[in-house]
Amino acid sequence: MKYNATELMACVASRILEDRKSVFVGTGLPLVASMLAQRLHAPELLLVFEAGGIGPKLPMIPVSVGDSRTFHRAVMAASMDYVMGMAQAGLVDYGFLGAAQIDKYGNLNTTVIGSYDKPKVRLPGSGGANDVGSLCGRTIILMRHDRMRFVNRLDFLTTPGYLTGPGARERAGLPRGTGPYRVITQLGVLGFDEETKAMKLISVHPGVSVEDVVNNTSFQLVVPGDVGVTQAPSAEELRLLRDEIDPAGIVIGG
Amino acid sequence: MKFIEEGRGELLGWMHPDDARAWMAEHKSRGLDDKRTTMADAVYRFTRDGDYFAMGGFGHIRFSMAAIHEMIRRGRKGMAIAGKTAVHDVDVLIAGGVVDRVDCAYAFGHELRGLSPTGRRAAESGRVRVVGELSNAAFQWRFKAAAMGLSWLPARVMLGTDTLRYSSSKVVEDPWTGLPLTLLPACYPDVAFIHVHRCDRYGNCQIDGTTIEDVDLARAAKRLVITAERIVGEDEIRAHPDRTAIPYFLVDAVVEVPYGSHPGNMPGLYYSDEDHMAEWLYMTRSEEGVQQYLDKYVYGVSEFSEYIELVGGEEKMRHLEKLERLEVPFEAPWARRG
Repeated sequence: MKYNATELMACVASRILEDRKSVFVGTGLPLVASMLAQRLHAPELLLVFEAGGIGPKLPMIPVSVGDSRTFHRAVMAASMDYVMGMAQAGLVDYGFLGAAQIDKYGNLNTTVIGSYDKPKVRLPGSGGANDVGSLCGRTIILMRHDRMRFVNRLDFLTTPGYLTGPGARERAGLPRGTGPYRVITQLGVLGFDEETKAMKLISVHPGVSVEDVVNNTSFQLVVPGDVGVTQAPSAEELRLLRDEIDPAGIVIGG
Repeated sequence: MKFIEEGRGELLGWMHPDDARAWMAEHKSRGLDDKRTTMADAVYRFTRDGDYFAMGGFGHIRFSMAAIHEMIRRGRKGMAIAGKTAVHDVDVLIAGGVVDRVDCAYAFGHELRGLSPTGRRAAESGRVRVVGELSNAAFQWRFKAAAMGLSWLPARVMLGTDTLRYSSSKVVEDPWTGLPLTLLPACYPDVAFIHVHRCDRYGNCQIDGTTIEDVDLARAAKRLVITAERIVGEDEIRAHPDRTAIPYFLVDAVVEVPYGSHPGNMPGLYYSDEDHMAEWLYMTRSEEGVQQYLDKYVYGVSEFSEYIELVGGEEKMRHLEKLERLEVPFEAPWARRG
């Protein structure tokens, strides 16, 4: 069955999410992935939204992480104070992030492209991203893969990954045992080396070579000998995405 | 407490807690006064050029569009805005020349709709200056510090990042753990507008759904104007005191504005008007378009009810109500189609 890269990314992200765990979601692709996980293997995945929605039964993809859909038939309509406190207290297992730039330690930029004082592109800033990247257990990063985005040096470090390497998060005062877990792009799935905390390739998507991934990455990527091939979306995953989760193609149609 | 690091961001909205106490003691009346007034009067009396301004809700969710229009019509200028997930609010205020500084957790974007042409142009040209960076939780807790009458609150966010380096926060060594800890400075906006579902004439407010940052923002704001979908009798409030999100003694003025959050979402009542948002995003791709939009929808009307007529009136509002209740399919004209 034919599928596009966005659909594949949604499927890969959804498979990581475990049942009976909680996830801090943004709208767009993270939400599509979470909704897919709930329909397949993780019916008790608890969705947490930064504006205060906790555990909704989502009838459609919200336009905003604060809109009424984020607490539709929810267990609680709380506040930002409440959900950010939850994350800081250790109650949020996963968090989703996106970015305009990423470096080899999974640090992210969503603030400016170019210099800070005279930016080429002014992006929205941290929003809740720094909070998610600081406080959630494991973060999953969804973004496009090319040399402009996978950079040696970020123009601005908005959200912490492993900062400067092993132990740096802890030394900076961030909660123990947290940090980026997976990076999912249109080319493959990446993780972080246990020892060095540097980004490593886990699998390439069907039709993509290891060389493609390396060539689209500006920094030195760890490439182990056992790089796998990402499992393609199943017919059932695609049916759920297209017919139930995003029938208008707002997120996966692009 | 050992000092470790200090952000270079400009500190806006901070007050010495004793000065803040004095302000609250003097300006926040504990008397039950009828605070109902018009939007024009509330903006005239409670906003000033140069104010540090905060909007309740979430940028395009339960926000007070009516107040934004009135500030533009009144020609307010030189204001700084709390970019606490500022979306359509900051966009229109920038377009209308009201805001020239942003204390930025989130601005210049439209969430799922993409980046904002107006906001980006203003920030990239320097017409609007970002005074500092912070995270959403940081903003929420800056208001909480103010609500508690403290000069700061600690949190484990922003540590190790440029977001901290460009913020107005400081990092110290936590005397208990010995670990670095961020101290978020209290934030007392000069003025805040919060749009609510219902309140009484004194300003006792009920909010349906998430309160976002508004419980703390209401306590932090030096001047607070409530716009409400509906003003109800005091009995309706007192019958359910557990539902009061904002009590009257924090409130300076109350304005009834049905559909006051249009084109944003008002949870439980109406969904966002994506046709209008698409029109905004399309028109504001050029400065001429910005001017045409303002001429038509802001300067071309004298009050919000006229604007509501202009965007489709009763028929449009019925549609947005049905959309909120999931009775009609959702369409996003700004979305890319595959």
